[in-house]
Amino acid sequence: MNIHYEFPLEEVGYSFGFLDEYAKKEVRRTILKAICIPGYQTPYASREMPMGRGFGTGGLQLTLALIGPDDTLKVIDQGSDDSVNAVNLRQFVQLTCPGVGVTEKLEEATLIQSRHRIPEVALTEAQVLVLQVPYPDPLVVVESSEARRKIMHAEADYSRLLVKLYEDIVHFDEITISHRYPTRINRHYVIDPSPIPRWDVPKLDQSPALILLGAGREKKIYAVPPYSVAEPLVFDDVPFRVEDFRDEHGQRRACARCGAINSFLDEYSDDNNAKIYQCSDSAYCDGQLAQHQQREVKG
Amino acid sequence: MSNRILEVRGLSRIYGHGCPLCVESTGPENDTNICPHCSSVVAVHGVSFDLFRGEILGIIGESGSGKSSTVKMLYFDDAPTEGEAIFFDNGERHELFQRNAAQQRSLRNKRFGMVYQNPHLGLNFQVSAGGNIAERMLMSDVAHYGEIRRRAQELLLRTEVLPERMDQNPKTFSGGMQQRVQIAKALVTRPPLLFLDEVTTGLDLSVQAAILDLILEIQQELDTAMIVVTHDLGVIRLLAGRTLVMKYGRVIEAGLTDQILEDPQHAYTQRLVASNL
Ligand SMILES: Nc1ncnc2c1ncn2[C@@H]1O[C@H](COP(=O)(O)OP(=O)(O)OP(=O)(O)O)[C@@H](O)[C@H]1O
Ligand SMILES: [Mg+2]
Ligand SMILES: [Zn+2]
Repeated sequence: MNIHYEFPLEEVGYSFGFLDEYAKKEVRRTILKAICIPGYQTPYASREMPMGRGFGTGGLQLTLALIGPDDTLKVIDQGSDDSVNAVNLRQFVQLTCPGVGVTEKLEEATLIQSRHRIPEVALTEAQVLVLQVPYPDPLVVVESSEARRKIMHAEADYSRLLVKLYEDIVHFDEITISHRYPTRINRHYVIDPSPIPRWDVPKLDQSPALILLGAGREKKIYAVPPYSVAEPLVFDDVPFRVEDFRDEHGQRRACARCGAINSFLDEYSDDNNAKIYQCSDSAYCDGQLAQHQQREVKG
Repeated sequence: MSNRILEVRGLSRIYGHGCPLCVESTGPENDTNICPHCSSVVAVHGVSFDLFRGEILGIIGESGSGKSSTVKMLYFDDAPTEGEAIFFDNGERHELFQRNAAQQRSLRNKRFGMVYQNPHLGLNFQVSAGGNIAERMLMSDVAHYGEIRRRAQELLLRTEVLPERMDQNPKTFSGGMQQRVQIAKALVTRPPLLFLDEVTTGLDLSVQAAILDLILEIQQELDTAMIVVTHDLGVIRLLAGRTLVMKYGRVIEAGLTDQILEDPQHAYTQRLVASNL
């Protein structure tokens, strides 16, 4: 070791995107491999980030490896741009990636990092969606050994996962999975699509945007490349259903704020303990509201 | 065309490192299956036999003689140290131990069936009895819920498991009932070859008799070839047309079951028959 070595001053501090160039290269290589094998959980050396694992460090590493000065980033947490988690991640990227733009408007974003939701409005070919993943392997519920899970994936043997769905129908008359619905990509690998609701699963199918999923703690990256086939695991005679948000009269509930009847709704209780429903995608809700107001002004 | 479904030649399994003296130092003449030089266990050595379509072959022998080891290798639960086995299936010839792991699993899941003495090895106690049967159907790419239910119902009915028990966990079942579910599960893909390892051991006599009857009926209905492992001569007498007698890993006598029972050649078999009369 050369003890007289002095660190060149201009290299002191963080490199663009916090991760060193080597780490970013590794993540990018892993992304390429993940795209080549749609749905395959590609291992990578997930780095320590200055925040706890479980706070989206997997997604963040994807974002940091991809983002460049020309990019505009949108960060969402459970559909909302201004939850603590989203704000923290956004600030971190702004801090470590000088010159990068941030936005809450979906159409302005080139890169979207999200937790638990896919935006209501369809993404475009020019956009990349990064999803934060806590548990990447859908087989973990039926097989504890990773070595055996890998074989099951390689052989596309999802029979034990399907047995779980079978048991659900037997005991509850329906498949009760509400989030993380196992979804088969390009007819081979079944992925855990991250804790998105069922509502979002059809958006994975034939998506014009590249969708990348990153699990920091589990050190896995996987991809749903543009225009991939994404099919929720079902039986031939028991079709996949999304949440229908019907009230007791069978009426589709509307967002209490913008009136939308075609969005995923979050349930809240108001001061009188009555249930109210609102768009979970806050930017979508804002957009709908703005359109109504415009129409009112014109009209 | 031959009706042969399985051809086993020189099947051997040594547990341990083995040494050049293992084989000659063990076996019935040496009264042990443990090599005195290296302490390896010669569990099975040089087992050869043929099995024909729809035939029930018995393997009998005392505890530790290598019966289960033999069947486990053929079902890919364990790999042989030597020997070959050829499975003839719809005009296809499968060299069992030359196949890769994925092909072996596919044969095991779709073309073979296994019923273990210990239901924990054969049943998934996380799911219902019907779910156990569903699992094997799903492995064979049947993905129609209604069809799976119908077929599971049919099989449980056939193996005399009460229909209302279909959606219950087999944990709560009696030993005999668990074996029935295992049999139903093994049969769901209509495999041409079924292995049964001490399936009635430890059950009440009346339950044993009923299960043996069921096995016999199934063999007649479906023309399934079976290898039945037991240390109970009564089971062999009832089920098996031909029998292998094993001792210390070797087949010491083989032939028609009736002949073996009436005129046992080997002293060991003679004692076995005498003690079972
Ligand atoms: N995994 C193993 N490691 C070491 N020895 C083993 C192993 N499995 C079996 N053996 C030994 O191989 C020999 C044959 O065992 P095997 O289970 O085939 O006997 P078996 O005829 O089925 O007996 P049983 O009637 O008790 O079931 C025994 O001596 C046993 O101790
Ligand atoms: Mg045994
Ligand atoms: Zn030896």
